[in-house]
Amino acid sequence: MVDASTSAHGDLTLTNLTKSFGEFVAVDDLDLVIPQGSFFALLGPSGCGKTTTLRMVAGLEEPTSGKISIGKTDITFEKPYKRPVNTVFQNYALFPHLSIYENIAFGLRRRGVKDVDKQVQNALELVELTHLASRKPNQLSGGQQQRIALARAIVNRPALLLLDEPLGALDLKLRRAMQIELKWIQTEVGITFVHVTHDQEEAMTMADTIAVMNEGKIEQMGSPADLYDNPRTSFVANFLGQSNLIKGSIVDSSGGSAVVDIFGTKVGLAQDRNHAHDSSVLLGIRPEKIRIQPAGTAMHGNILEGGVISDASYIGVSTQYQVEMPWGQELMVFEQNDDGTPPLAKGDAVVMSWEPIFTFGLAGDQDATAGSEANPDSE
Amino acid sequence: MNKATRWFSRNLIRIYAVIGFAYLFLPIVYTFVFSFNDSKKSNLVWVGFTLNNWKNPCGAPDVCNALGNSLKIGVLATFFATILGTLMAFAMGRYAFKGRSVVNILIFLPMATPEIVMGASLLTMFISFGFNPGFWTIVIAHVMFCISFVVVTVKARIASLDPRLEQAAMDLYADERETFRRITFPLVAPGIAAAALLAFSLSFDDFIITNFNSGDVNTFPKFVYISAQRGLPAQANVIGSSMFLIALIIVLVGQFVGRKRAGVR
Amino acid sequence: MSTALLHTGTHEKKAVLKKKKLIPYWLLAPGIIWLIIFFLVPIYQLISTSTQTQGFGIGTYVQTYRFSNFADAISSSRAQLFRSFEYAFLATVFALIISYPLAYAVAFKSGRWKNTLLVLIVAPFFCSFLLRTVAWEQILGEQGLVIKTLRFLHIFSAQDHLTATPFAVVAGLTYNFLPFMTLPLYASLERIDIRMMEASGDLYANAITTFRRVTVPLSMPGVVAGTLLTFIPAAGDYINAELLGNPGTKMIGNVIEARYLAIVDYPGAAALSLILMVTILILVMAYVKRAGTEELV
Repeated sequence: MVDASTSAHGDLTLTNLTKSFGEFVAVDDLDLVIPQGSFFALLGPSGCGKTTTLRMVAGLEEPTSGKISIGKTDITFEKPYKRPVNTVFQNYALFPHLSIYENIAFGLRRRGVKDVDKQVQNALELVELTHLASRKPNQLSGGQQQRIALARAIVNRPALLLLDEPLGALDLKLRRAMQIELKWIQTEVGITFVHVTHDQEEAMTMADTIAVMNEGKIEQMGSPADLYDNPRTSFVANFLGQSNLIKGSIVDSSGGSAVVDIFGTKVGLAQDRNHAHDSSVLLGIRPEKIRIQPAGTAMHGNILEGGVISDASYIGVSTQYQVEMPWGQELMVFEQNDDGTPPLAKGDAVVMSWEPIFTFGLAGDQDATAGSEANPDSE
Repeated sequence: MNKATRWFSRNLIRIYAVIGFAYLFLPIVYTFVFSFNDSKKSNLVWVGFTLNNWKNPCGAPDVCNALGNSLKIGVLATFFATILGTLMAFAMGRYAFKGRSVVNILIFLPMATPEIVMGASLLTMFISFGFNPGFWTIVIAHVMFCISFVVVTVKARIASLDPRLEQAAMDLYADERETFRRITFPLVAPGIAAAALLAFSLSFDDFIITNFNSGDVNTFPKFVYISAQRGLPAQANVIGSSMFLIALIIVLVGQFVGRKRAGVR
Repeated sequence: MSTALLHTGTHEKKAVLKKKKLIPYWLLAPGIIWLIIFFLVPIYQLISTSTQTQGFGIGTYVQTYRFSNFADAISSSRAQLFRSFEYAFLATVFALIISYPLAYAVAFKSGRWKNTLLVLIVAPFFCSFLLRTVAWEQILGEQGLVIKTLRFLHIFSAQDHLTATPFAVVAGLTYNFLPFMTLPLYASLERIDIRMMEASGDLYANAITTFRRVTVPLSMPGVVAGTLLTFIPAAGDYINAELLGNPGTKMIGNVIEARYLAIVDYPGAAALSLILMVTILILVMAYVKRAGTEELV
């Protein structure tokens, strides 16, 4: 291609990237490196700055300060049409007056590519919609439009593909199918995918690396398993899945495992999962990690006694319990229905336990409910 | 409630609509029917059926001269008003600039001014500058009052355009000029066509402003007005009816083509 | 290196922005110039003519800043001035009453006929405005079927007329500007999400309450636009009064036209034109302010 920057490749690097709209700071001093060839997800509630970040990378928004580069090439102020970056827009933005074929050929024609026809056919084959080439976008279903939007972008073999809530308009079943397909296509073409979403399940299914964004900043970045099992902030703990966060204080941190006192009960917490700055800690445990039995049953691991079931809902694969603890807090427990015993009932006294390795500790000075309202699961 | 009254109350609005449309079309049907009237001079009473008026639409003195003038003026006025108005609509719909509210008022004012005031004031100016009213003064006047309608129509179309389409084009390596040529303009074009059609019908139909600024140039509405006082020849009905039919066909075909282009099955 | 690059980048960006700042003015210039020369300047001329007095010979006038031209104009044409606003008001009300159900039916009850019906609403425009008015004159006139039937049924006596009455003038105005009312009404009704009406019904509102509390408020922009587009041309019209009225139904348009083209009293006609324009503008402003619509265009 004519322009040097369009042939740029390498890692996407954001340095001190800031965007403010008047008083409102949408993206706040962001530093981020996205390795070449990875499937990267920016996850966060609406208004967290993830879409603004994406638009700055695409060149549709100009940063207030900071730098964006691909490999060694600075593209901070480059025009969108001179960047080796393509976008799959939310609601797809297919050109309504052009056929599917011409939509996909659009970028190739603008770049003056020779074998347009062959590449368009290849792209259509990749998304398995060859038979729709002569249709107009509004004759296609949502899932088909989504795939055409994808084909229109990747046919250009950009260094970077941006996906802005690409599956948001699809129904649940189709979304699941497309998640798998997107992941497969990414592996197939080997392009760096940057995926923006508010749907934690979508991010976890597809991405190698997830960055959780909140109020213009990155809260935590890591692999899906890392984020889920070892969150560092209450926002991440609540936004990715659900968590029980119990106030406690560290009474002994001399060994490899710290001892935490929660309302009189002593439990263990692995030091590499302890992110508290001092003795004040929010002790975290995921609901599905907790075992629950009638009071008096012998248990091992971390044990909590004195709970009474305040609500039980049977949802097929599991039963979800709300357990009221002596200190007034309600804990969530998800119990697999796999052992043939009848579910416990409301009002039953129970004892709970879990393996100490599943415990995580967060700094005690945070809001224990941060991120839980923003979680789409709790809607 | 028995069956009949229930049917009546459920379809009340439809019955009303049918009556409404009948009211709208009564004079047009009348005009059409009386274009076949075998009248000699004044076309007031039904005499008998004939096709002569349709075979010889220029039969009445001066009617085709007036029609020709109206068509020429309509085409010229539409051409200029559509260009000027479309440019303004893009400025209004696409850019932030100082003085926007002043421009808004300037566009709104001609639409809020009674035609007689515009006609009279233009004539005052032409006279005081020693201009003789005639063909070109009509064109000038028509362009003036059509611009605002073009701006409003095209601007609405631009406003309804999804900005993401242009962003997608830029993302797909089209520079500003290519984006405009391949995406923006084709998508705004139906709005421009609608504006042109509106401008033409406003110009073709205008009487009040034309009457002030036409001197001794005759136009079709002027012809109708003058001859109405001593009886309209049936040829006027022929021309009115055929203009109506032609316009209707253009719009219906345009709608059909538009639907096909948009790909609606 | 990177700072240097960043700097040139910023400079380029600034240059582009500056250029873009001028683009809207270039786009606006031709149209604005046209409107200034052929709309604003004439209005200015009209203002200046309105205070002139007769010079030597018919049609020659000199500027004397005679503001009593306005008082003279009003006192000599008060009846026609009031009649214009009265007729325009009546025509607007009738057009609204006729148009609302029509627009409602097309927007919500027409199914796949919607686009065709929409074309039919605009269609009367395609037949000359004057031809249609003449057609009404003949339909309702002394030779027409309507009056003959009414007389045959003894509803009307031989002295009763349909044409040459205030009724005919208002009916003509209503008819002629009806599409101006129906189209904006349709546009704003069509935008209403039908689920809102269903929600209202779900929340225990009957059909009439739903209409009053949901449909009408949501269609207000269309009502405002439609009434303005009907009232303004109706107030300045003189064709309907000329063709369908009698000497007692003359409107201000008839007076202005006669003073200009027949009597050649330019200052008087200019003064009346200004009075008409300013009155309409004041009424429009007050109305728009009350209706709370911001953007006019």
